Amino acid sequence: MDFNLTKTQKLLQDFYQRFAEKEIKPLARKMDEEEKYDLELLEKMQKCGFFGIPYSKEYGGAGGDTLAYVLCMEEISKIDASSGITISVHTSLCCYSINDFGNEEQKQKFLRPLVDGSKIGCFSLTEPNAGSDAGGQQTSAVLDGDHYILNGSKVFTTNSGFADIFIIFAITDKASGTDGISAFIVEAGSPGLNVGSNMPRMGIRGASNCEVSIDNVRVPKENMLRKEGEGFEIALKALDGGRIGIGAQAVGIAQGALNEAIQYVRERKQFGRPISAFQNTKFKIAEMQTKIDAARLMVWRAALAKDEKKDYSPLAAMCKLFASDVANDVTRVCVQLFGGYGYSREYPVERMMRDAKITEIYEGTSEVMKMVIAASMKI
Amino acid sequence: MKILVCMKQVPDTSEVTLDPITNTLMRKGIRSIINPDDKAGIESALKLKEQLKDTTVTVVSMGPQQAEIALKEALAMGCDDAFLISDRKFGGSDTLATSTILAAALKKIGFDLIITGRQAIDGDTAQVGPQIAEHLGIPHVSYVEEVAIDGDDALIVLRQFEDRYHRIRVKYPCLITAISGYGEPRYLTVAGVFEADKKDVKHFSYEDLKDLLDDESIGLKGSPTKVVKSYIKEAKSQGTLLKGLSSNEAVEAIMARLNEGHIL
Repeated sequence: MDFNLTKTQKLLQDFYQRFAEKEIKPLARKMDEEEKYDLELLEKMQKCGFFGIPYSKEYGGAGGDTLAYVLCMEEISKIDASSGITISVHTSLCCYSINDFGNEEQKQKFLRPLVDGSKIGCFSLTEPNAGSDAGGQQTSAVLDGDHYILNGSKVFTTNSGFADIFIIFAITDKASGTDGISAFIVEAGSPGLNVGSNMPRMGIRGASNCEVSIDNVRVPKENMLRKEGEGFEIALKALDGGRIGIGAQAVGIAQGALNEAIQYVRERKQFGRPISAFQNTKFKIAEMQTKIDAARLMVWRAALAKDEKKDYSPLAAMCKLFASDVANDVTRVCVQLFGGYGYSREYPVERMMRDAKITEIYEGTSEVMKMVIAASMKI
Repeated sequence: MKILVCMKQVPDTSEVTLDPITNTLMRKGIRSIINPDDKAGIESALKLKEQLKDTTVTVVSMGPQQAEIALKEALAMGCDDAFLISDRKFGGSDTLATSTILAAALKKIGFDLIITGRQAIDGDTAQVGPQIAEHLGIPHVSYVEEVAIDGDDALIVLRQFEDRYHRIRVKYPCLITAISGYGEPRYLTVAGVFEADKKDVKHFSYEDLKDLLDDESIGLKGSPTKVVKSYIKEAKSQGTLLKGLSSNEAVEAIMARLNEGHIL
């Protein structure tokens, strides 16, 4: 058993860190305030290979693994959680679905440009009336010759504002419940596929997140992943893996806020001393670092289990449940350590506190995580 | 063309901060980086490689074992090979001994063009590059910002001076010292890191180079430099600016101040 990163992993971590500090940090506040992702930054990240980390070179990916990917998620999210989710949805939901469930033709046509950094992907599962109950889909797909005709609407589709490729879930057989859901690869620009305006949100405001309306969209038959009725399984499997990335994002948000707080308490003087000299500060910081380290180890454990092809589903749920709780707790305490300045938008900790909340909600709420964990324990 | 780039792993001095309580330098957790001028050298070499067929870029560093990670970073940027020169016998080398050892290693590897950084941010001597060229008996141009190929046997380089640029044609084999000017060196790519992981950094020890080295000219013995004092240069203030004076008044004012300060 070894808790150390290899030289290569350390080199990667260092690279992600430097990139985030140099390229993302100067833009994070602006992207949050303007509620718009910087597309030049997106392109730089694509060039560096951040959008194909755990995928094989054979398809144009970086040839890395899940651990290399979660290291990226943490380092990027330390500086900006919006950038983190942009990478995450593309990588662990969209690309994963095609990589693990697509046939060779689909991989060559759709996975390659996604992982080689030329295209961006998104994942449309959630609907206005199907959140935690993702099985309650209403979007329909009806076969018409060589095409399926899709109709319905999706909400909270991250990356949809600039995505080239959508994974859209729709019902092909209403009578079969979740066994009647199928997954389709849909290209942006398909007639009838309309992306609405950005949804105003509390946090991760830099990320693109829109409503998607699907109005008689004709999708070639060969763009279905697997067979009719296998969509729900694909969605659940993708979300299982996605949660490891969200866990890493939560660890990043927490560590990023704590790093800001450590710097601040050393400089800020009250009552004639730096506030780091007070025991309350020291204890808070010690508690926070301990929790973050525990969360990080859980994320790494889940990532390794995925790479070793073990059953990672409960481990992923546990790491997300714990890390998202830590992120919310830590960012709240960091704002408190900053006092009034923490509440001001001059410092990034208030943004981090707002960003942290979503990690308890998306890709399965904390309550859904508990359902997954308990079910794995046969309870 | 076979390009060798010399590089050094240095502490990132831009990150060194003062502890507000003890007023001492906080060194803990300071990251190590590829010296910025050396990184500019790597970038220039990789640009030449993109323009010129059959070009290889080899990075060479003399330093402790942990410098291997900096060499791996250079491989991840796109360099083809990496050599680490490391031996206890090389410890304590000043710039002269260092350049002697490096020149031996570079000769052994073989080259058409050697690129070094102008200077390292942890020493700022700017001596090693030109010294290597002298040891090897090849021409060198320092403070180079841009390099381009000119014909089959020469380069056109842009040398930065304080107040002007020189455009110089130089035949290779030669050595240039690069400066981190405008134009950022490229980032690594994630794929590049995994490619670098598969490549081994080659090691040169004293044993590998001893046929080209004289024991008296390496390590502490071969280092005539004596460090009298290390200090940080302080920025000088602008001084007093006297305006609107005639030349006679100006001379008088300056003389008065020199007398006041007991300088004259």
